[in-house]
Amino acid sequence: MRGGRDTRLLLYLPLAAAAAAPFFLSDYFQHMAVQIAIWSLVYTAWALMGRFRLTSLGHGAFLGVGAYVPTLLWNNYGVTPWLGIPLAMALAIALALIVGYPSSRQKVVGHYFALVTLALGQVVLLVIVAMRDVTGGSLGMTPHTVGHSWYALQLPNKAEFYAVALVAWLAGLVAWRYVERGMIRLALESIAEDEDAAESAGVDVLREKLKITAVSSGLTALGGALYAQYLMYLSPDAMSGVGISLQIVFAAIAGGMYNMLGPTIGAAFTILLTEGLRVLFGTHFVGAANTIYGALLVIFIIFMPRGIVGLAERILARPRVPPAPAAPEPAE
Amino acid sequence: MDIYLLEAIINGLLLGGVLALLSLGLNLIFGVIDVVWICYAEVVMAAMYAVFWLYTFYGWPLLLACAAAIVFATVLGLLVHIVVIEPILGSAPINQLLATGGVLFFLQSLATLLFGTDFRNLGIRLPVLELGGIFISFSRLIAFGIALVGAVGLFLFLSRTYLGTAVRAIAQDREVMGLMGVNERRIYVLTSAIGSGLAGLAACLLVLQYDVHPFIGLTFGPITFMVCVLGGLGNMIGGFIAAFIISQIIAVGGYYFPIEAAEVLAFVFFIVLILIRPQGILGK
Repeated sequence: MRGGRDTRLLLYLPLAAAAAAPFFLSDYFQHMAVQIAIWSLVYTAWALMGRFRLTSLGHGAFLGVGAYVPTLLWNNYGVTPWLGIPLAMALAIALALIVGYPSSRQKVVGHYFALVTLALGQVVLLVIVAMRDVTGGSLGMTPHTVGHSWYALQLPNKAEFYAVALVAWLAGLVAWRYVERGMIRLALESIAEDEDAAESAGVDVLREKLKITAVSSGLTALGGALYAQYLMYLSPDAMSGVGISLQIVFAAIAGGMYNMLGPTIGAAFTILLTEGLRVLFGTHFVGAANTIYGALLVIFIIFMPRGIVGLAERILARPRVPPAPAAPEPAE
Repeated sequence: MDIYLLEAIINGLLLGGVLALLSLGLNLIFGVIDVVWICYAEVVMAAMYAVFWLYTFYGWPLLLACAAAIVFATVLGLLVHIVVIEPILGSAPINQLLATGGVLFFLQSLATLLFGTDFRNLGIRLPVLELGGIFISFSRLIAFGIALVGAVGLFLFLSRTYLGTAVRAIAQDREVMGLMGVNERRIYVLTSAIGSGLAGLAACLLVLQYDVHPFIGLTFGPITFMVCVLGGLGNMIGGFIAAFIISQIIAVGGYYFPIEAAEVLAFVFFIVLILIRPQGILGK
């Protein structure tokens, strides 16, 4: 028991140090850290569904709702984001359930689930573009700025925003832990394995699926809202649609979607990679980062579907545990 | 009937031909290999660039450029299958879908890297036909005709040739056909070649009507998936019908509403229908 706690401390202390470090670093690093924290939340939210084979290609829909609803409310009615964000989360959850309920009832899984969610992401993108009178269409929009204001959640001071993002990120991890420790994980794992068998064993398939869908979509909307508040600029392609939806999926997979910190590592990895390549190649090679990124993703999925964390676990486990005799591979 | 509405319907019909062609290739690959190529529209995009460069930059005759683009798409598709799909044929189908999603990013970004984000077109102005006050784009008419020819050709190949029979047999029962001595891997390679060749053909038709840019795949890729799923993934006849339903919704919807609203309508129709009938309109 004590040994377990010690190793956990060994893991969490550096993590806490890394999370706290940006407070003492320059604006540039704080900017990186804010992005990593926000996207970590979004990727964690996606992985909450993805790890149970609910592979959504439409999380951009929730991101878009989260980003646009608070900004529209603020710009048009002066509603504070402190109200707008919960409202946007509720709307995203409602949207997720409207699609999630019948698709769970009809047992829409696998490819079909992926493609239905992809269509959902596209619907939100097109709605944002179509409502160009209020959203600015493809050109994007900016929230009305009021300078530094907690009421408007406009914090030009990066350290302050980082604190906010950090809290949101921790909320994502808490949700993960709740799922990890609860009956819901066992229920959803059995559903992922064999839905009919799970049902006949007394698992309320519909309820469990909708629960995780609600948590995942709500947290994604929170991430979208924070991202918009941080950037102070919203555009449909950056906040919604197929491109961003796939980016969410891949970063989560690259980090490792079966581990609490996997999506966070995926966020750090992808953002630092993009930034590193930008510094290396300059802006002349727009697309260089994403080209390498795309190739890496293919390699990840072929050779290490459990992501960076999965690889690390395998390497760390090797010296202690001899190769297990034909242990059944967990669902991937 | 309002003449503009009639025009919208006819243009929708013509758009349906191209959508049908796009969905054929994707459906063939899905039906046989059980893989959804999320990057299918990006293969089309790459082939569109091939036509564009060969025609405008190297001055090839258009037909020759198109033929070369079809070969290019076929080779690209074979690469996707051999490099990306084959190593993970044994893993969960969703992994294969996601791996082709990586290919999507790769092709899209590579195109951005090589060609920038400019919109490019062939600069060919085909005449517009007028029939009793209705204007029909000639390029769309050609596209429609060739799409139909392509569909019939594929149908004849599948129903009349030995290889085509093997392809259909694999689609029906993967395991048994292996036991019967059919080499699945070869059939898979052949299917990928034909499917991506059709993508190349579609590219030749699309490049006549639309500007090519690195992100064009994201605009009609989702519509192609929608058509395939609506028809029942892997069901080619269903996909064919669905292509015309979707194109009519977009065309006629576009007559009454702004075009994005029409597309929203099509996607919402799709989501609703799929939640009522997950097996597609012709599924059992």
